[in-house]
Amino acid sequence: MKRPATRCVMRRPGAPAPSVPPVSAPSRERSVTPEVVAEHGLSPEEYELALGILGRAPNMTELGIFSVMWSEHCSYKSSKKWLKTLPTEAPWVICGPGENAGVIDIGDGLACIFKMESHNHPSFIEPYQGAATGVGGILRDVFTMGARPVANLNALRFGSPDHPKTRHLVSGVVAGIGGYGNCVGVPTVGGEVNFDPSYNGNILVNAMTVGIAAKDRIFYSGASGVGNPVVYVGSKTGRDGIHGATMASAEFNADSEEKRPTVQVGDPFTEKLLIEACLELMATDAIVAIQDMGAAGLTSSSFEMASKGGLGIDMDLDKVPQRERGMTAYELMLSESQERMLMVLKPGKEAMARAIFDKWELDFAVVGTLTDTGRMVLRMHGAVVADLPIDPLAQASPEYDRPWTRTERPPVVKPDDVPARDWREVLKKLIASPDLASKRWIWEQYDHMVMGDTVQRPGGDAAVVRIHGSNRGLAMTTDCTPRYCVADPREGGKQAVAEAWRNLTAVGARPLALTDNMNFGNPQKPEIMGQFVEVCEGMAEACRALDFPVVSGNVSLYNETSGQGILPTPTIGGVGLLNDLGRMATLPFRREGDVVVLIGDAIGGRGGWLGRSLYLRDILGRAEYAPPEVNLSIERRNGDFVRGLIEDGRVSTCHDVSDGGLLVALAEMAMAGGIGVSVSTDPSQAYAQPLHAWLFGEDQGRYLIAVPEHEADGIQREASRVGVPCRRVGITGGETLTVDGGEGLSVASLKAAHEAWLPNYMEGLKSP
Amino acid sequence: MKAAVIVFPASNCDRDVAVSIERTSGVKPLMVWHRETTLPDDLDLVVVPGGFSYGDYLRSGAMAAHSPIMREVKSRSERGLPVLGICNGFQILTEAGMLPGVLMRNARLRFICRDVYLRVETHDSLFTDRYETGETVRIPIAHHDGNYFADDATLKEIEDNRQVAFRYCDEEGEVRPEVNPNGSRANIAGVFNRDRTVLGMMPHPERLAEDILGGADGKPLFLSLVEALS
Repeated sequence: MKRPATRCVMRRPGAPAPSVPPVSAPSRERSVTPEVVAEHGLSPEEYELALGILGRAPNMTELGIFSVMWSEHCSYKSSKKWLKTLPTEAPWVICGPGENAGVIDIGDGLACIFKMESHNHPSFIEPYQGAATGVGGILRDVFTMGARPVANLNALRFGSPDHPKTRHLVSGVVAGIGGYGNCVGVPTVGGEVNFDPSYNGNILVNAMTVGIAAKDRIFYSGASGVGNPVVYVGSKTGRDGIHGATMASAEFNADSEEKRPTVQVGDPFTEKLLIEACLELMATDAIVAIQDMGAAGLTSSSFEMASKGGLGIDMDLDKVPQRERGMTAYELMLSESQERMLMVLKPGKEAMARAIFDKWELDFAVVGTLTDTGRMVLRMHGAVVADLPIDPLAQASPEYDRPWTRTERPPVVKPDDVPARDWREVLKKLIASPDLASKRWIWEQYDHMVMGDTVQRPGGDAAVVRIHGSNRGLAMTTDCTPRYCVADPREGGKQAVAEAWRNLTAVGARPLALTDNMNFGNPQKPEIMGQFVEVCEGMAEACRALDFPVVSGNVSLYNETSGQGILPTPTIGGVGLLNDLGRMATLPFRREGDVVVLIGDAIGGRGGWLGRSLYLRDILGRAEYAPPEVNLSIERRNGDFVRGLIEDGRVSTCHDVSDGGLLVALAEMAMAGGIGVSVSTDPSQAYAQPLHAWLFGEDQGRYLIAVPEHEADGIQREASRVGVPCRRVGITGGETLTVDGGEGLSVASLKAAHEAWLPNYMEGLKSP
Repeated sequence: MKAAVIVFPASNCDRDVAVSIERTSGVKPLMVWHRETTLPDDLDLVVVPGGFSYGDYLRSGAMAAHSPIMREVKSRSERGLPVLGICNGFQILTEAGMLPGVLMRNARLRFICRDVYLRVETHDSLFTDRYETGETVRIPIAHHDGNYFADDATLKEIEDNRQVAFRYCDEEGEVRPEVNPNGSRANIAGVFNRDRTVLGMMPHPERLAEDILGGADGKPLFLSLVEALS
């Protein structure tokens, strides 16, 4: 589902009077009682609103339509007010939120189209199909607009590794993502994985697709042209996924697994056919408007297309290709069968379009006609089975200003007040901890090279995919640090945006825009709603300061089980542009004897920020204190400086400093390059005091670069000229990682531990 | 070199291999739709690319082996037309009986996408002429069903006829069970037919045929073909 438009909203003036002939209700249909209304997730107030709009009681089909259209998932009724506050514009933004995906200009007559979407609830109930159809859905959102998908990413959050379901969920979700993405032939190039007990009953599966289209051939969903045919293409409609959107808008409880029938089943083969057939048709001039059938299937796609165009649709449900016999209008309208699209064609193009879909062996059916009535009239077996005004359902859905409270700011901890531990023990433990251990076991199950343009594979700061046939590339990343967001949602919101921007910068890309996937608990609780509001505030501030607008997104609320909510998780999917792939940075140390330089400094210039750090959480077992502050002007200054060095061809080894702090970042560069590093501090100065805070503090806005000796001096001079903190912290070489001399750690053994955790965990070899 | 790339509905490495062929030969290959029943007379090479042919919900390649175009590919191959099958293409060629053995599910039952090292078992073929016999090359795999199996008699025949093209090995070229990624018998990654006019291989040479993609060890395979067939 797409997010409400924040800019132009097309409204059709003067809807006709709602006096309609009585709509027939098939005799075997249930009657609409208060219990049935409640089962459909509509509050009594919302039902009253529906009665007012309709001027009569709805039949079951109509009630079902109200229910999905006004579900949280489709209507954004709790989040709309705050989403509107996010910056969505920049000179390079072609289309912001409100369409199937966001569109940005990437030069050379091309546009990048991208979006991220959650499939959290279904993936918990049925991990393989839930995750697979999440990938399928987000792919459709992107190719619906005319783009060939060129990359997938996914941000996954699982419960504690020792929770009995976690292993099963990891295994199923990863297999599902791979099973779908590998078959459709779009590389899965990046993402992130975290574990936290708050996700025990609500895992998060956020899937992102990035596509490329010709800038002058972008397809939108607003219908136009009274009398034009409405065409259904793709798979047949079955009884799967009925009420998926409603399910995804409610909390879980002990019986949630009984909702398995609401999870759809994916068919990546058909999706591949649908991609190719749609792109083939899009190369002609036949399409007026197109919209994929995602959440709430035929209902939301038809209502949205009609509503955006200010038109009505007269639809004959008998024409809808059906997988099973005896399906009712209710089932046809609410099914979430996958791999389906709805489009409006120019008149007279039906035969040509049909030939393309015949070639790809997909269903093609003219199911309706655009009208000027502003109403959705559904016919079946010769009778009108539903007759609803479109705008009130699609656009006048309830909008709530839910009560909210600010999260109390936790205290800031001084570095000296956090106990010191031997850095060797800390590093060994952190790099083999669930959050920091290598995720190779996961990304090796994804085809990350198909399409032949993957220039930076998973495991770096950002993935880089070459723009086919050119020497330019798109960088992409997903980021969020939920442990910061729960402690201080505003700083956490800023940090998520800043980290995505930083990861793109670290490969040398110019960050262009982002998509967000807002995963939160129950918005009816003021403290949860407050998290959402404050995260939005922080994100908006960061987007503005970094010229990094939001162009698409998705909201997933009610991620709670039996009253236990998840950590607030605003996942950010960032996209940036590299104009010359010959000037790109990667993370591994490249050679011995390079000088390692830290760009950026700890806040206050002394020690490091240990509040909410992994050091505090995973070594000392304390999830406490305020998370690091994000100073956005420093963030931008440091990032612009680093990107300039990469663009000038002077730096080709770079890594941002994030989870786990400086020493973890150094170890990652050493492990990836198979080259050691001698870290040294200047004891005459205070910056590295206390040492454990300097090594493991998670201060923001920092990068590590490794350059030949002759570059280092010049870079330091330039940095000091523009006021960017810049400090030599080590020299690459040897096979060990050492700090101020003394006993070191072998890079090979660190790497072995780093690589071993996840495979061992999945094989059940070692308890976490 | 005039090459044809067969395109099944869910082929997904068809474009990638076409790019590699064009980069090395300078000529765009012909893309041939799976419903075609004939191939041009003047072809020098047929490539059956990677992907999922018809979804591979049945055994990988089983349906594609019986497609209209594969009847033609098989009959032309019997008359000496060289055929290269990569990944799903290898599966299809074994299912079509054009190569010995079968490809079963990976031993660990998971899809694997990673670079592997291969030992080139012979440079004496039109596919491998630009490699040295015994050379170690790094080329990626990306498959769920790459576990090569042949019964003892077939395996002996393959070995006796020197039909093994590539074996999984370590970085130093040693063929060891620990570096076998998928459980293949005798670490076999690619096999020829008896005449060495058909090659099937699980690794994707088209994916590492350009330095910017992280290596170019796959490129000599295409150069060999261009040299032999132009």
